Amino acid sequence: MSDNLTLPAQQGSTGTSTGELLKIEGLKKHFPIHGGFPIKRKVGAVQAVDGIDLSIGVAESVGLVGESGCGKSTAGRLITRLLEPTGGRITYSGKDITHASRRELAPVRSEIQMIFQDPYSSLNPRQTVGTIIKSPMEVNGIEPVGGREKKVRELLELVGLNPEHYNRFPHEFSGGQRQRIGVARALALQPKLIVADEPVSALDVSIQAQVVNLLKQVQEEMGIAFLFIAHDLAVVRHFSQRVAVMYLGKIVEVGDRDSIYGRPRHPYTHALLSAVPEVAMDDETEPRERIRLAGDVPSPIHPPSGCRFRTRCWKAQDKCASEEPPLLQISGNREGHLTACHFPEDPTTEARDKDVVLDPALKALEADAAED
Amino acid sequence: MTTLTKPEGAPAPTGPDSFLSVRDLKVQFSTEDGIVKAVDGLSFDVERGKTLGIVGESGSGKSVTNLTILGLHNPVSTTVDGEIVLDGKELVTATEKELEQLRGNKMAMIFQDPLTALSPYYTVGRQLSEPFIKHTGASKKEARDRAVQMLEKVGIPQPKTRFDDYPHQFSGGMRQRAMIAMALMCDPDLLIADEPTTALDVTVQAQILDLLKDLQQEFGSAIIFITHDLGVISTMADDLLVMYAGRAVERGSVKEVLRTPQHPYAWGLLTSMPRLDGDIDEALTPIPGSPPSLLNPPSGCPFHPRCAYTGEAQGTLCTDVRPSLAAGRASACHLSAEQKQTIFIDKIQPRLR
Repeated sequence: MSDNLTLPAQQGSTGTSTGELLKIEGLKKHFPIHGGFPIKRKVGAVQAVDGIDLSIGVAESVGLVGESGCGKSTAGRLITRLLEPTGGRITYSGKDITHASRRELAPVRSEIQMIFQDPYSSLNPRQTVGTIIKSPMEVNGIEPVGGREKKVRELLELVGLNPEHYNRFPHEFSGGQRQRIGVARALALQPKLIVADEPVSALDVSIQAQVVNLLKQVQEEMGIAFLFIAHDLAVVRHFSQRVAVMYLGKIVEVGDRDSIYGRPRHPYTHALLSAVPEVAMDDETEPRERIRLAGDVPSPIHPPSGCRFRTRCWKAQDKCASEEPPLLQISGNREGHLTACHFPEDPTTEARDKDVVLDPALKALEADAAED
Repeated sequence: MTTLTKPEGAPAPTGPDSFLSVRDLKVQFSTEDGIVKAVDGLSFDVERGKTLGIVGESGSGKSVTNLTILGLHNPVSTTVDGEIVLDGKELVTATEKELEQLRGNKMAMIFQDPLTALSPYYTVGRQLSEPFIKHTGASKKEARDRAVQMLEKVGIPQPKTRFDDYPHQFSGGMRQRAMIAMALMCDPDLLIADEPTTALDVTVQAQILDLLKDLQQEFGSAIIFITHDLGVISTMADDLLVMYAGRAVERGSVKEVLRTPQHPYAWGLLTSMPRLDGDIDEALTPIPGSPPSLLNPPSGCPFHPRCAYTGEAQGTLCTDVRPSLAAGRASACHLSAEQKQTIFIDKIQPRLR
């Protein structure tokens, strides 16, 4: 895999367009699998992220959706450089940070922050809330006007917590409140980009909306760019201007919100959208298409050749196995709406003449029911 | 928009077709910190071949209720009051032996996390066959045939070889399918599904939900479906029970409760939920505060500290008197029917569309 390592940094050649904050090109992360005895050798690799391109503009919120194991969290951790990329290139405001050293990264680190999924394990139980929110400022040697403590109180107030709770410990807060502490910590350094990895999926329904609203308010009022990683398509739609859909380490479709949710082209996007259970508010709601895939996502250790979705796709042909579809703007798509598919679907989510049911058990049961 | 609320106090659909009936169920745990009233006066009925959905946040008592029906609570620290009647048989006072004969036979459960609910030591096939052999006295060979047939029915590829696999050799979706197969082995009359798809991905969830629906049509079991996801419930259930702090706050058919909800908590749930076709520019309306502690629940209506309409009911009813839930389509709230209707039409309905 040494032949597709990072390209040497070529400043200016990428042509950073105005307002582009972060750009990733061909980003890869392969986790090696070691085996053998007595000498352990590399016997394979989990191809968690396998060549993704994405750009995030200044103050833009981009959603990254996909099922578990598709590499969306790994992508988030690569962007924050918590993981070392295997290949590809990460450019942050015109600077190549793909393999930047600790020292080179120091000024960038304070500008890219992260919000984690689990508000229970991402806060140190032995530290007070004040210490937790203060520590990014200490690490980066930032002395805000009026002192760090004043700043922490302001932050607590901003995220809707009582500034008096400065000296409390995380266990004294509920899940939603803890997630607010995580948000306050991420805001402490006035970042330009926040990578939020499933920030609401551990919370109760009634609390989720509180945190989504807070993040949206922060994003709009402070002009912070967001990479919002989630599996819940409805939450992502509510939060993101642009959405990328990942499947098995690849981005299969990316576009603005309306294109992805209203005019999807990739069969996987269609399947994902049709799988979201929705409350039908009245009988006039137009029925949505029904697609039921078979089986689970294949292993990223031996991903299928060509198009990775072909093993579960109802349109797959020989071409899909031999040729990997490039991520392109296919005809009929709007500007910036890219799809990686040889045989794209029609741009609609309305019900089809015939449901796509690939699951063998469902097929059999429904055939029985139809006979009766 | 005119016929929004039905008259309250409609006759409850009890009688011969109610197959499971729970009356005034109270479940209390004694803990170091005091007594937790996990379920506090809950009543509901399930009809044969129908699905009752129970929605609520974590800690609202929905799982405890169903563990109690199966008699899976810890008898040392739990006190159970009330009545659970399954097909004419009282379960609260039943002995462990009697319950054993019902569990896995007449009533079965599908758990949330199939990896922890299946034993890692035994093959999937053995775990499927065991209750069948125990309850029907079938031979090993018969049990194997039945298990293979069930595995095939739920869509496990190559069920004959998969029979001898261990749970860790199955993927998440397949494990959940195996759990469903296990629950259906003895053709139970009552199936309790406790968040059966929460641990799964959306596309797999859609497969499993459809599978459960189709299997219910074939087997005719009654299902109690527990979830926190209103979208899932709207596709699965016939009737719906909304739980809050160990009590039912609203009851009705799924359409009634989701389209014309009456309780402020149900309004809150519906308006705080992002939707695929909702208005994006409008901010979500979250329910303020957080769920109450059941060690020390709020006085009066347990929802009053988080309710936006506490002031609108008469006097101090909300903070002092606990509202009761009438039979049939009803909600446990002190607001008058007219008040509910005006608030719903003026403030809630515009937000849902």
